Amino acid sequence: MSVQAVSGASDVAAAILPRRGGFAGALSDLLWRKPGLLLFLMLAPPLLWLGVVYIGSLIALLAQSFFSIDEFSGLISRELTLKTYGDLFQPANLDIIVRTVTMAALVTLASAVVAFPIAYYAARYARGKWKALFYLGVMLPLWSSYLVKVYAWKLILAKEGILTWVFAKLHLSWLLDGWLSLPVVGGNSLSVSFTGTFIVFVYVWLPFMILPIQAALERVPGNLVEASSDLGASPGQTFRNVLFPLALPGIVAGSIFTFSLTLGDYIIPQIIGTSRLFIGQAVYAQQGTAGNIPLAAAFTVVPIVIMGFYLWGAKRMGAFNAL
Amino acid sequence: MTPAVAFQKTSRHFGAVRAVDAVDLEIKPGEFFAMLGPSGSGKTTCLRLIAGFEQPTAGSISIFGERAEGVPPYRRNVNTVFQDYALFPHLNVLDNVAYGLMVKGVSRDERHRAAEDALKLVQLPGYGGRKPGQLSGGQRQRVALARALVNKPKVLLLDEPLGALDLKLRESMQEELKQLQKALGITFVFVTHDQGEALSMADRVAVFNDGRIMQVGAPEDIYQRPASRFVADFVGSSNVLPPDFVQRYAGERRWGSLRPEQIRIRRDTSGDGVAARVVSRHYLGAATKLSLDADGLRLHATVPSGAAIPEDGAHVMLTFNRDQLHLMEEQA
Amino acid sequence: MRSDRSQSAPLGIKIAAAVGLAFLHLPILLIFVYAFTTEEKSYQWPPPGLTTQWFAATWARPDVWQALGLSVQVAAISTAIALVLGTLCAAAVSQTRFFGREAISLLVILPIALPGIITGIALRSAFSLAEIPFSFWTIVLGHATFCVVVVYNNAVARFRRTSGSLIEASMDLGADGFQTFRHVILPNIGTALLAGGMLAFALSFDEVIVTTFTAGQQQTLPIWMLEELVRPRQRPVTNVVAMVVVLATLLPILAAYYLTREGDQIAGAGK
Ligand SMILES: Nc1ncnc2c1ncn2[C@@H]1O[C@H](COP(=O)(O)OP(=O)(O)OP(=O)(O)O)[C@@H](O)[C@H]1O
Ligand SMILES: [Mg+2]
Repeated sequence: MSVQAVSGASDVAAAILPRRGGFAGALSDLLWRKPGLLLFLMLAPPLLWLGVVYIGSLIALLAQSFFSIDEFSGLISRELTLKTYGDLFQPANLDIIVRTVTMAALVTLASAVVAFPIAYYAARYARGKWKALFYLGVMLPLWSSYLVKVYAWKLILAKEGILTWVFAKLHLSWLLDGWLSLPVVGGNSLSVSFTGTFIVFVYVWLPFMILPIQAALERVPGNLVEASSDLGASPGQTFRNVLFPLALPGIVAGSIFTFSLTLGDYIIPQIIGTSRLFIGQAVYAQQGTAGNIPLAAAFTVVPIVIMGFYLWGAKRMGAFNAL
Repeated sequence: MTPAVAFQKTSRHFGAVRAVDAVDLEIKPGEFFAMLGPSGSGKTTCLRLIAGFEQPTAGSISIFGERAEGVPPYRRNVNTVFQDYALFPHLNVLDNVAYGLMVKGVSRDERHRAAEDALKLVQLPGYGGRKPGQLSGGQRQRVALARALVNKPKVLLLDEPLGALDLKLRESMQEELKQLQKALGITFVFVTHDQGEALSMADRVAVFNDGRIMQVGAPEDIYQRPASRFVADFVGSSNVLPPDFVQRYAGERRWGSLRPEQIRIRRDTSGDGVAARVVSRHYLGAATKLSLDADGLRLHATVPSGAAIPEDGAHVMLTFNRDQLHLMEEQA
Repeated sequence: MRSDRSQSAPLGIKIAAAVGLAFLHLPILLIFVYAFTTEEKSYQWPPPGLTTQWFAATWARPDVWQALGLSVQVAAISTAIALVLGTLCAAAVSQTRFFGREAISLLVILPIALPGIITGIALRSAFSLAEIPFSFWTIVLGHATFCVVVVYNNAVARFRRTSGSLIEASMDLGADGFQTFRHVILPNIGTALLAGGMLAFALSFDEVIVTTFTAGQQQTLPIWMLEELVRPRQRPVTNVVAMVVVLATLLPILAAYYLTREGDQIAGAGK
């Protein structure tokens, strides 16, 4: 009986059905027949937005680094020149570049050191519920408001803040004062020292380092570590010869973030740090108060070039697979 | 009568790959048609040409007399049972089956009733509320079948629908599919690379190789009278006999084929026959398959269970009926 | 890393991991304490007393409400644009093969891979070259640009898991392109889009660096906070706002996590 229900009018129906009526039917047929048109329609809006507006702006910016500013009138002269790049290599500006790159390197190193045990634990020992908790434990700070995080550190590092209080309670105030009296890293209080800037950078970018290291370690078979210790390697040797090389692509992938983000940041050193500038602050000052767009543009070329080399090297090390 | 599906010199090339190459084919209405061939021989591509997922690069295709080139799949009254079933994971079984009717604008009650009927037809009544993820492989396969049948297609395409099932389930599904096809009278085009399946289920079989059809015919034709060495070799692993050999026993200098089960084996080496030595034995359950060496020519023979089986290395005589030796054309 | 033997970690690793996680979370928790302090003029610790009066004070502040309103509007519209652009891009990249697919992925990631200041200043100088005055829409333009990538990452991950034969099955059953989109594609990528949208919203809601370059006189909530950080005037109100912002970003992240945890992970590297 149910056989009839299905076979029913099978032989009266046409083999080729008519087009669904209306505009939608015609358009659907057209797009099916011309997949290239469909692809074009799908790609046109994002490409117009990103390819034309965004890339266009970037190119316009880079082009302006080849303009120069007239020192007397303060007007931008639109003649192509390398003069602005000459300005970039003045000692004061070189200082800024060296300071920023040094900071970025130190922050990257410190992030890797702090991130490794967390990533290692999450990858190797955390299971089930704990694993999810660890994951959220890294994701939540990653996505928490950047400004709030910076603000929290302003509270912590302030002269009257919690850190000073902790040192006092531990009777270690002499240590803090000793550190602050050191040249370069010291200062009036932690919140106006390079030490403060450094801590906040490490804090804010740390999750960007943990996730790729964890991803790289997840791919290491656990028995590799056991095999190494079975063969009589000390924990130190196992780390140096087995774990570290395997985690390295993850570390490099993470360092892309920590390095690039530190190079371009201008808010952290402005809020927590000394009056000496970083690249981001220099760009901000040049385009804003100084009105020297060409020099600001030339400054932005520095992180682009550094990151270009960095990415090139990272790619050769196979770090992109760990992203 | 207009054929259900007709290929006229139809080709589908992917760059240098000739997936389907100048194929001429007519599938009759109401027939159970099997496409058989080794992996990569173009069976799936043929099916996709009928369904409308591929367009021919040359030649034409008609379905019940209507030209189908340039007609999108959704306007062809043809449905497919996909190899991986392709059930919609976000819909329950009933809505999966009713999908085709829904997009045609059939009211909710009506399409659900039709879907229930179709589920009964494939012996899954009452499974409508489940999600595809909660079904076994065999059940998914039936749902995929019901989802296609509910639309009352003019042609049903099945791409290795039983490939993922275990042997027992496979055999019972073969039976069911065959009966269903008879009862519904819908044209089935069935792709497989299992010759047993093709021969036992189909009214007619097309044997594919390298994008071309080597032979089309009823299962007995294909099996007993392969047109070429390839078909003889591929379908049921026949013994392919070179012209020298055939000339000695049949008088004609042509290639021949001989089924393993048509070879008789005698321990007594005196008298007429082909002298051979047993190289190895494979126990198959219902029979034992022997590998034989006849003066350098490798032959296979099957001995039914219960009969005496010569040991390895034994010298035997082989005999066969002259008329069971089938003569073939050189490679088509 | 998988180990067959289940062992517990060496004490050193345990302590280092615990200290690391504490380092990540304690500063944020500290914000919650400061929201209740009675101290107005400094960041004194421990708080001399606790009060809830600042919540009422913040509630009564029109500038906070205005900044919050602007932030929500910008985030909503940027997210909507990013959803459209990101989904289109993901569909094109994962459903078809064409020359230059890799370049598209790179293009989408670029606004977030380059330091925000570069994106910001590039847009700003482009606006001034094209003589476009700063407005609500210049902020949205900047935000949508870097929000595309989170939607794109989530959508691409889901498309990869969705078998291409579903689309063929739908067309085979008589659904044309639009019907297939509506009945098969959308339901299958829906939760991924929702997750991507929430992350995009959180990203936009919190963004400050690009915004400083693309906003004129208008203040989003992060800009308002930045002003307070540079020139603290109402510390107690800032404390309360900071706490609310933490709570407000927490929810979409948790929701996105639960929407996508079966299978694809939320694209953390998208930020
Ligand atoms: N989209 C495509 N692009 C390029 N080559 C293709 C494409 N589809 C199929 N081919 C090629 O066409 C040939 C025939 O493929 P087809 O899938 O039809 O084989 P088949 O007989 O179904 O094989 P199987 O039994 O393995 O399923 C193969 O060589 C295959 O690689
Ligand atoms: Mg196939």
